[in-house]
Amino acid sequence: MNAPLLDVRGLKTAFPTRAGEVKAVDDVSFTLQSGQVLGLVGESGSGKSVTGFSIMGLLEPPGRITGGEILFDGVDLAKLHQEDMRSLRGRRIAMIFQDPMMTLNPVLRIDTQMIEAIEAHRKVPRGEARACARDALAQVGIPSPEERLDAYPHQFSGGMRQRVAIAIALINRPDLIIADEPTTALDVTIQSQILSEIQKLTAEHGTALIWITHDLSVVSRLADDVAVMYAGKIVERGAVGDVIDRPMHPYTFGLVQSVPSRNRKGARLAQIPGMTPSPLDLPAGCAFRTRCGRADEACATPPPSAGAADHVCRCFHPREVTA
Amino acid sequence: MSAIAYSLDAAAPHCGAVPMVEIRDVSRRFGRKPDLLGRASIALGLVKPPAVVRALDRIDLTIAKGEVVGLVGESGCGKSTLGRIVAGILPPSEGQVFWQGQDIATMPAVERRAESLRIQMVFQNPFAAINPRLPVAEVVGEAPRVHGLIEGGRGAEAAYVDEQLVRAGLDPSLKGRYAHQFSGGQRQRIGIARALAVQPEVLVCDEAVAALDVSIQAQILNLFMDLREELGLTYLFISHDLGVVEHLSDRVAIMYLGRIVEEAPAVEIFSRPNHPYARALLAEVPRIEIGKRAFSSLKGELPSPLHPPSGCHFHPRCPYAFARCKIERPELRTVAPGHKSACHLNERH
Repeated sequence: MNAPLLDVRGLKTAFPTRAGEVKAVDDVSFTLQSGQVLGLVGESGSGKSVTGFSIMGLLEPPGRITGGEILFDGVDLAKLHQEDMRSLRGRRIAMIFQDPMMTLNPVLRIDTQMIEAIEAHRKVPRGEARACARDALAQVGIPSPEERLDAYPHQFSGGMRQRVAIAIALINRPDLIIADEPTTALDVTIQSQILSEIQKLTAEHGTALIWITHDLSVVSRLADDVAVMYAGKIVERGAVGDVIDRPMHPYTFGLVQSVPSRNRKGARLAQIPGMTPSPLDLPAGCAFRTRCGRADEACATPPPSAGAADHVCRCFHPREVTA
Repeated sequence: MSAIAYSLDAAAPHCGAVPMVEIRDVSRRFGRKPDLLGRASIALGLVKPPAVVRALDRIDLTIAKGEVVGLVGESGCGKSTLGRIVAGILPPSEGQVFWQGQDIATMPAVERRAESLRIQMVFQNPFAAINPRLPVAEVVGEAPRVHGLIEGGRGAEAAYVDEQLVRAGLDPSLKGRYAHQFSGGQRQRIGIARALAVQPEVLVCDEAVAALDVSIQAQILNLFMDLREELGLTYLFISHDLGVVEHLSDRVAIMYLGRIVEEAPAVEIFSRPNHPYARALLAEVPRIEIGKRAFSSLKGELPSPLHPPSGCHFHPRCPYAFARCKIERPELRTVAPGHKSACHLNERH
């Protein structure tokens, strides 16, 4: 196997607060090959978005990376200077946000913004940049792209705005796209349209994709690999089929079981008791142990890795998996 | 419940029992009403009439006692407006709303006040729906006290509030706290406890689990199911989450741009959807399925409700549309027992 495109090793990101340091991401490691789709799944506060922001170098101070390496094509992004990071960002790594208005400037026309994104990284004649922008809009399925280039963001619907944001992310043919819940706020039929565009485009260009979401059903349809996060740590990682059909970690199992379509109609849903602990007051050892049916005294110490290299979980008492 | 003595309307679909809620031919428009000068200038053709959104366009819906009706549709289709009209929070522009056979527009004010307690709402955003300046005990206890539902003094009120909180799965010792001190799931439980505190028979849940994490969502859905069993509640469950609606509902109505396009028992509609929009929408039920399945995509987007397409609202996106669809509005017609659909294709063989 080639060297991975992205190799995150022991990433730690923390936010100092008055009440103490919040370890939003705590010892996260994963690798991603070119053209691979990784689903990063977790509930709110699990650290999945902060992982994405750490890779992009977009952490809001006082949040900072306190340890670990983010090797992108062999270069450690965590130690890169702002200037070098800026030349990478948008060209080789792009991000799609949940709210497309984070990408778009409301007072500038779409063409201005798209051409700006091209010219930031390439010296091209104006006309060529504009043609490039038009093609990018057409590619993400925006009708009459030539006319739409002259429009302002508020003249687009929510779904169309997200398509523009995706077009901007794709415009410099990046090697890696980090997508942070880009379809969560959209209607199901629009979500489906956008997912099919993304699937097509990443496959065509061989772009690697990190899809951050809380929605297991989207991941099960889109991703090659899944990493499940809980309280700042990846608790389980593996091929999408293995993780969802044969979850090892009790938390993953609980998540999969609580999806309504996995339950008999009208029956009580399998539920995970309790709620996510406060990041300031995590239980020692395994953070999930206070909600876990399998927990015992051993779980008060940090859990070991279990399973094979292509399907691992952090647990003392993983569920038996029969391959 | 008192015996109900009025004559049944011939059009009542559930013969023998008066439906819990019935809305008949209800429309709701939103828009500014022009003043006298404005009306005159419109009549003279000097200005265009102000834009009016028809959020609901001649809707009929009945909810039987003890039933869970799921209302599905994409944003802007009018499902929340319908929920508010059913709950009596919003008056319809046209049409009638009946609560247990009584037209609420003709109800005397005193009676209306008492009757309105029977239908309560649970909202999507518990952050916005709860007064941040009141302790939970007051959030839950205010309405029953005002309406005189608690007999006895302060002690009785405290006990009553505790009972409501316990039923919604909250620790009553936390009742002195304020909304911001609770997590999202707990806040939704407060919203549910508040709705249940006035002893309603119907709950209108407007995207009540949409803002919650998956594991918390399952807890709240279980609570809804437990309460249905325990209190015999009737639900109008509004959601864009097809998986949730499929799981919970007895009957499902699908809305598109202000109209109900299909209505059927849940099992029937999910296994044999009739309307082309319903088929496209229900193909998107979130399921955990392994394997990269192609995302079937319905072309286009929801048109603006300010200028809905003529005839069948769905025709510009419909792969089967033909000439008649552009001209004539399809009526909701029975296609199988208990299964209604509004599509011209059903008459073309």
